[in-house]
Amino acid sequence: MRARAPSLGSVALWALVGTILAVLVLPTLIVVPMSLTGDQYLGFPPRSWSLKWYTAYFSDAEWIRATLFSLEIAALTTVVATILGTCAALAIVRGDVKGLGWINAFTLAPMIVPHIVVAVAMYLTFARLGLTGTVLGFVIAHTILALPYVVLTVSATLYRLDPALEMAALNLGASRLQAFFQVTLPLSLPGIATAAAFAFIISLDEAVVSFFLSGVHVKTLTRKLFEDIDYSLSPVIASASTLLVVVSIAVMAAIELARRSVKR
Amino acid sequence: MTRWRQVRGGRWSPLAAMLLLSPMALLLIAGFFYPLVNLLGRSLWTPEFSLVHYERLLGEPLYLLILMRTLWIAGVVSVFTLLLGYPVALVMARLGGWKAALVAACVLVPLWTSALVRSYAWVVLLQRNGIVNDTLRGLGLTEQPLRLIHTEGALLVAMTHVLLPFMVLPIYSVLRAISTDLPRAAANLGAGTWSIFRHVTLPLSLPGVFAGTLMVFILSLGFYITPALVGGPRTLMIATLIGQQMTELLNWSFASAIAAALLAVTLLLVAAFRRVLRIDQMAGHAG
Repeated sequence: MRARAPSLGSVALWALVGTILAVLVLPTLIVVPMSLTGDQYLGFPPRSWSLKWYTAYFSDAEWIRATLFSLEIAALTTVVATILGTCAALAIVRGDVKGLGWINAFTLAPMIVPHIVVAVAMYLTFARLGLTGTVLGFVIAHTILALPYVVLTVSATLYRLDPALEMAALNLGASRLQAFFQVTLPLSLPGIATAAAFAFIISLDEAVVSFFLSGVHVKTLTRKLFEDIDYSLSPVIASASTLLVVVSIAVMAAIELARRSVKR
Repeated sequence: MTRWRQVRGGRWSPLAAMLLLSPMALLLIAGFFYPLVNLLGRSLWTPEFSLVHYERLLGEPLYLLILMRTLWIAGVVSVFTLLLGYPVALVMARLGGWKAALVAACVLVPLWTSALVRSYAWVVLLQRNGIVNDTLRGLGLTEQPLRLIHTEGALLVAMTHVLLPFMVLPIYSVLRAISTDLPRAAANLGAGTWSIFRHVTLPLSLPGVFAGTLMVFILSLGFYITPALVGGPRTLMIATLIGQQMTELLNWSFASAIAAALLAVTLLLVAAFRRVLRIDQMAGHAG
């Protein structure tokens, strides 16, 4: 192919895309400088710099309580969703099941229904059972929201595994259970770990269902953020948001890097 | 899936499969499907069967206005994200190496950031003394700070921003799959850059365009977080109307009816376009 100078059209395309990308990223990351302000009220750009709003965050009992509650829910959701979702993925990929299309639609439904509808429906049922504002209620809700992602991730891993490996173990005298637990399961662990990380972030970031299921005293970090954004302009919200963003991006970037290294 | 089915010992008995599926199925039935059925029931029986809540939703001008606004905003956001997302996907698909990784990071980082935090950023940017108002005054375009927050324009900008990655990714994955031989063949036959795009790349990328547009439209219809924070009570959409009826007016039956209507529309769209949508590629999550 002959080399040629970039045409005016492609220069314009690049400039356009560069601008769009900047506008896409900057408002996402703007909470970071906002949280480092030394001013009393939120504003951008800050007039002075300081870490005082992080100190304020870590010394505020209500923020800490909401954060710890969110972390507890996310950890429990990760365990429950990963176990239930992995079992379901195994049944879908390995099991002799009929109606796979229906099972898939059934499994993916929580992903399709708008979160506001899930939130209202769960609130009406959970309130009657006394489950709102409880650890159990949140873990049930977040597990349901995370399950489709776990099932999709783990079943994709299982589909890619070479059955010959398990067959080789069987031929070498392993029992079916041994072959599964010593060959197939360890080979699926990267996929299962990815699914677990997804479940953790989905629970931690989830805002709509959490908003409705939270009580006056028992609330998630996202509910606390939601309330405070509406009523106050304290930069402590930016500090809490920054911490949430840093955790989410770190976990998701780890997943993406792991996925890429597997592909190579 | 077939590879496991072909080999002896690869498939597990139906009983084993049922046992493995049942914990998830029980949880979904009790915690998800039952609450949805209950919601539908509450919207219809008060306590006798009646369509009064649905009639109210479609009969009162205020609610009709909110329904129309929701469709309008979802439509405009779909068009905006398409116009902005297509060039990004095009460039992303053509790049390689670290440049591709950089563009991918620019698209993925917002996707991985909670919609709550991104909406909050817009609340701060658009506030009375925010950077947008400061810039407008600095340029002499306005004397007094404008009320930007809680306006339809602000909501359109913020929702376009929050939903843009959902448009870029499906288009990108389709563009990436187009064989480079096709545009090259067209070039060899004498087609210019624009002509190649118009007659080869664009038609082949249409499945991604449909998938992205539908996804953004469906997500916009039921979006809660950004309309709640940036749109506010002055620019209600269906989801924020549901929220207001639930938390402020405590009109749970009416809220249930609106939610059931939103659910019905969403399911109809997903069912009608399920071949286009490819739900299993929705790896991201929005609110």
